[in-house]
Amino acid sequence: MTAEIVLQIFRFGFLLLLWLFIFAAFRVVRADLFGGRAGRVASVPPRAAAPGKKKARGGPKTLVVTAGPLTGTKITLGDQPILIGRADDSTLVLTDDFASSRHARLTNRGGQWYVEDLGSTNGTYLDQQRVQGPLLVGPGQPIRIGQTALELRS
Amino acid sequence: MTAGPTTDPRAAAAGTATPPKRRGTELALLGFAVLITLVAQAIVDLTVTGSLTTELATFGLWFTALWTVAHLVVRRWAPYADPLLLPAVALLIGLGLSFIHRLDLAARQAGSTVSREDAPVQLVWATLGLVLFVGVLLVLRDHRLLSRFAYTLALIGLVLLAIPAVLPASLSEVNGAKIWIRVAGFSIQPGEFAKICLTVFFAAYLVDKRDVLALASRRVMGLELPRGRDLGPVLVAWGLSILVLVFERDLGSSLLLFGIFVVMLYVATERASWLVIGLGLFAGGALIAYQLFGHVQQRVDSWLDPFEYYDGSGFQVAQALFGLGTGGLFGAGLGGGRPDQVPVAKSDFIAAAVGEELGLFGLVAVIIVYLVLVERGLRTSLIVRDAFGKLLAAGLSFAIAWQVFVVLGGVTGLLPLTGLTTPFLAYGGSSLVANFVLVAVLVRISDAARRPAAPTGPPKPALGDAPTEVVQT
Repeated sequence: MTAEIVLQIFRFGFLLLLWLFIFAAFRVVRADLFGGRAGRVASVPPRAAAPGKKKARGGPKTLVVTAGPLTGTKITLGDQPILIGRADDSTLVLTDDFASSRHARLTNRGGQWYVEDLGSTNGTYLDQQRVQGPLLVGPGQPIRIGQTALELRS
Repeated sequence: MTAGPTTDPRAAAAGTATPPKRRGTELALLGFAVLITLVAQAIVDLTVTGSLTTELATFGLWFTALWTVAHLVVRRWAPYADPLLLPAVALLIGLGLSFIHRLDLAARQAGSTVSREDAPVQLVWATLGLVLFVGVLLVLRDHRLLSRFAYTLALIGLVLLAIPAVLPASLSEVNGAKIWIRVAGFSIQPGEFAKICLTVFFAAYLVDKRDVLALASRRVMGLELPRGRDLGPVLVAWGLSILVLVFERDLGSSLLLFGIFVVMLYVATERASWLVIGLGLFAGGALIAYQLFGHVQQRVDSWLDPFEYYDGSGFQVAQALFGLGTGGLFGAGLGGGRPDQVPVAKSDFIAAAVGEELGLFGLVAVIIVYLVLVERGLRTSLIVRDAFGKLLAAGLSFAIAWQVFVVLGGVTGLLPLTGLTTPFLAYGGSSLVANFVLVAVLVRISDAARRPAAPTGPPKPALGDAPTEVVQT
């Protein structure tokens, strides 16, 4: 009788152990996807009133990375389009698992900057809106690519 | 470029946020996998023989040492490697060893005199596999080096594939499949190694040619069909797999090779039409083979109704199905079933043994461990930066997934039986060693994929719009 009970404990205990392993493995998968950075991506404050929202003459001057691994990086805007992605030949090389090789492009048309998605896998977001065609980017409006957020500043 | 970055983004990436290496996670999960293995062995011993033996202690020390070495090597020479690849492999090998040990005990109890103990042999193979794993990690410091030897590897792969077909049946045939080299008591399945060599070649070849294969096309019935002359490579791969099917009488290797090629073609070109073409070609070839060859007909007949051929070719599958049915949801418990009733349960039909003793829940758990392994491989493929690495990782991961699917399909009666082995789980030296090498390559690619970009030199000049990724060779 006790032997029978022990066998049943072995039987179900072992299955439990196997599934605990899978649970642990899935936790790692999850941590890898969001990795403590989950909160940060979601909590990027929508900058309604950014420093230079006062209709600067000549438009924005710099592109600033406000979230993600490259936070603080600044790129001076010129006439050339800015290519963003993981490919080595991008203007801004992202090291972000959620970014595509050629992810998005910022183009200057008559002093206005437009953001375009280049067929990326995970999409480009302007404020909360997914970028389909070229969209006008105002100063202080966050552009989000994977875990990275960018904005234009004067 | 007037829009020059004021700070180098690469330097910023390396300086501010070093991505986690997660070696501690790997160690913890490896420990868990080893623990599960030891518990399994102990339960088997207690249930079948009623006592624990000193063999268990020896096994435990050896098995623990094996994975400690693996972990230390990865920690030293591939510090950014994916933390889940090794633990998944360790658990699969550990479970496999436990089941082989369990079947050894069953054979011993049945009073069989000839059968040697297979579990210690498998442990030796695992050790040899680990030596190769370490060797690959030490020698191959950058996976992109492999693409330089693509054509050499293709030749090696083809020769390996061809040897059993050329050898006389006495040296190469086991149970009707001519896929072995049998020399001096050892039997090797060269196809397992050919699989890796050819996958490397496919990756390197497709990186070169994918633009042609992807761009030139016309649209027919909603599918982008390639031009006739671009069908060459897929036809060659198809011919090769049909030759394997005919001369080695092995549906498994044939399906595996062709499947890997077609899927890599699809990954490289993003054209679903290749999948359709591949399926069509294979179905056509298989149909012709069915008409022409008796052994193929036999396999198909015993697949369609194993119970009708219970006294002959259907016996194995029928017994496996009985075993799975007996196992039910929760299984008979380790050591509680009769998995030895299935012929060659240690190698081809180990999944039936798992299903019988651990039940549906156990078998699904094992499949999920495979899924984790494949998911990590595909994820590596997604995040690695060079095109060759992407294709290679995708091809290798798919090879594991496809092999598991074909074998489990055979055991559960979904597909006709094939001569493939369940990776890592089943008894078989060549399969185990070859798959260790496969995982070593995956670990190497994942290390490159997760390693932060090195802050070296000024950004390279723009290469224009032509390539999707920059391949540095």
